[in-house]
Amino acid sequence: MISLAARDIAHGLGRFVLTGLGLGLLLGVTFSMAGIYRGMVDDAQALLANSGADLWVVQKDTQGPYAESSSLPDDAVRGIRALDGVAQAANVTYLTMQVQRGETETRAMVVGFEPGQPGEPPFLIAGRLPVRSHYEAVADRMTGYQVGERIRIRRHDYTVVGLTRRMVSSGGDPMVFIPLKDAQEAQFLKDNDAIVNNRARTAANPALNRPGVPGLLDAINATQTSNHSVNAVLVRLAPGADPDAVADTVRRWKHLQAYTVAQMQEILVAKLIATSARQIGMFLAILTVVSAAIVAFIIYTMTLGKMREIAVLKLIGTRNRTIAGMILQQALGLGLIGFLVGRVAAELWAPFFPKYVLLLPGDAARGFAVVMVVCALASTLAIRVALRVDPAEAIG
Amino acid sequence: MKLPRPSLRQVLIAAAVVLLLAGAATVARRSGPFAAVSVTVVQPAQADLAPVLFGIGTVEARRSYLIGPTTAARVLRVRVDVGDVVKAGDLLAEMDPVDLDPRLGSAQAAIERGLSAQRSAEAQVADARSRQALAASEATRYQDLQRQNFVSPSVVDAKLQALKSADAQLTAAEAALAAARQDVTRLGAEREAVGRQRANLRLLAPADGVVTAREAEPGSTVVAGQAVLKLQQPGSLWVTTRFDQARATGLAEGLPASIRLRSAPERALPGKVLRIEPVADSVTEERIAQITFDAPPVGVSTKEMAEVTVALPVVPKARVLPNAALKMHQGRSGVWLLDGERLRFAPVRTGARGPDGAVQVLDGLPGDARVVVYSERALNPDTRVRVVERLAGSAP
Repeated sequence: MISLAARDIAHGLGRFVLTGLGLGLLLGVTFSMAGIYRGMVDDAQALLANSGADLWVVQKDTQGPYAESSSLPDDAVRGIRALDGVAQAANVTYLTMQVQRGETETRAMVVGFEPGQPGEPPFLIAGRLPVRSHYEAVADRMTGYQVGERIRIRRHDYTVVGLTRRMVSSGGDPMVFIPLKDAQEAQFLKDNDAIVNNRARTAANPALNRPGVPGLLDAINATQTSNHSVNAVLVRLAPGADPDAVADTVRRWKHLQAYTVAQMQEILVAKLIATSARQIGMFLAILTVVSAAIVAFIIYTMTLGKMREIAVLKLIGTRNRTIAGMILQQALGLGLIGFLVGRVAAELWAPFFPKYVLLLPGDAARGFAVVMVVCALASTLAIRVALRVDPAEAIG
Repeated sequence: MKLPRPSLRQVLIAAAVVLLLAGAATVARRSGPFAAVSVTVVQPAQADLAPVLFGIGTVEARRSYLIGPTTAARVLRVRVDVGDVVKAGDLLAEMDPVDLDPRLGSAQAAIERGLSAQRSAEAQVADARSRQALAASEATRYQDLQRQNFVSPSVVDAKLQALKSADAQLTAAEAALAAARQDVTRLGAEREAVGRQRANLRLLAPADGVVTAREAEPGSTVVAGQAVLKLQQPGSLWVTTRFDQARATGLAEGLPASIRLRSAPERALPGKVLRIEPVADSVTEERIAQITFDAPPVGVSTKEMAEVTVALPVVPKARVLPNAALKMHQGRSGVWLLDGERLRFAPVRTGARGPDGAVQVLDGLPGDARVVVYSERALNPDTRVRVVERLAGSAP
């Protein structure tokens, strides 16, 4: 028995391969779109995993620090450290800002962390962790910084001493880690003009600048420029401690809000990135339908182009099963080539996306199944037409 | 059934398909969760470790003076301005004496009046003395005459009575003179007091120094203790430096330090730790130390920010690792060791830390350990790793 499909493909190999390639590129776009969606979710997960926390303690009645802004005093951590079941607790601040790098700007999330505590970058790919308590930074590779370069954040220059990767905010912005005290200052320090104006404003207020009370104005000005707030306290629990029990204690007795990993995940995935994820999901759905339609049309027109040959086959008495098999095999072959080309293409161009694209093997397997099913379904359409062809057309 | 011999074209197609599949398989293996994590390894080195402490401080004058009146007063004139160099005892400013000068005049007039009264009392004493002398001589004479029986005893008695009366008058006159003299002394003291008050309104320099602030202008009223001028000793500059409590181990008096002023960050000025404040800051969790300059720099303004690096004694021949190798795993700090292909977490105890990120490992590290330094993601014992020279994204 000869393989009619292989013969036919070999006959128009160039056309077949080019069609497969085109189809592959289309599938590659679909895979990339799925990868973008997975990447978004993974960004949110990475944020949680990299913080190394079991509990997030934030301002009461807020869903901070990622989804909402949260601010709590930086000495609240001491009370939390003393709770039963808490192994470590550390202050942390988050501040999204544009970081200047020469002529270009990068959007980055500046994280203030305490060394050796949750919130510290868990691994590095180059350089070292900060040693000084001020003005040293660890940057994510995505910021484009290299070890030894200097970052300007507000009024201070920070030396990049280490690099890390996949340290991103829920929005996918790369992180820059700086010491907590610097970050507190960077977050709440106003620019010099604002400070000077504010001092003048305070001095103009007769209630705050009374002639009989020397030093009052200085004291008020001093309180206005100092800051003792942080955005969250990251808690690492002792082995065996129940996160929900500790979270309950914090909520009830510390009058702060506490979230476990599961709750935080819910906030990030279901609330923070929900709309953009649905947006991408919608686009992915449309793209899948369009891809399926295009695959169907390609196979259909390919069969239509071979009507005369099929009529000849019928004329010489080829069985219907053989003809249907030929068309099905060609469709599946086309799908296979398309899938492989698409998957490889998606992998190749993934690093060039500005945000993280995560191509999961599970998604690839699902994609493969969908492609094969769509090809098979599309071929039935073509087979129906092929079987209905009149053998007389071969000579007519 | 006999299989047909595959044609060259079929072989080629099959080869291409196999190649594409192999490519896709490689792609799938190198990305995604099954991929091996690239890591770099290092062996602990023997080195002399020179730990440093890093702090932020402000330049301050060791001795500064607030100069103001001791009672509420209006400023009459200010004779110096900011930047003027003054000597101890120089007149810096004067307060308005209001009624003190007339009161001084009144006191002077009262003294003169007292002196007049004193002179009158002196005259009265002289008068009484001469009367007393006359009475005494008369009494003696009549007593002689009575012995010769020339006069009656009653006449002698009258003369003796006159003598006693003259004695009493002299005593009274002398007492009046003493009172007049005491009055003059009292009035003199009163004038002295007013004069002192007057002098107290002249603000004199308590020491050699430089005027750093002129806080009140002529015509303005200041309350008791409010500064009109601020003075500081120029040679007494030091840097009040704050060290993170968590990173202040080993801070001691006498240690050499290098001071970098924000205005001249390239120039390291030598200094040493003069004093460690016995009270730390509980709010900022910092220790405070005073660092003096070996040679006080010229043209430095106080309150300028300075970075201080204190050199601690060198730890000779320490086993050192880069601090990027220290990771947290299950709540413990340690390093990942590479046993052949497998990862093993070894908790270690660390000692001194160098400025370049070197960390002294005290124990917990086998002699020929291969320690993971950089990794592309957080590790756990099941992670498959691939040792590379350096990780992607880091400059050589």
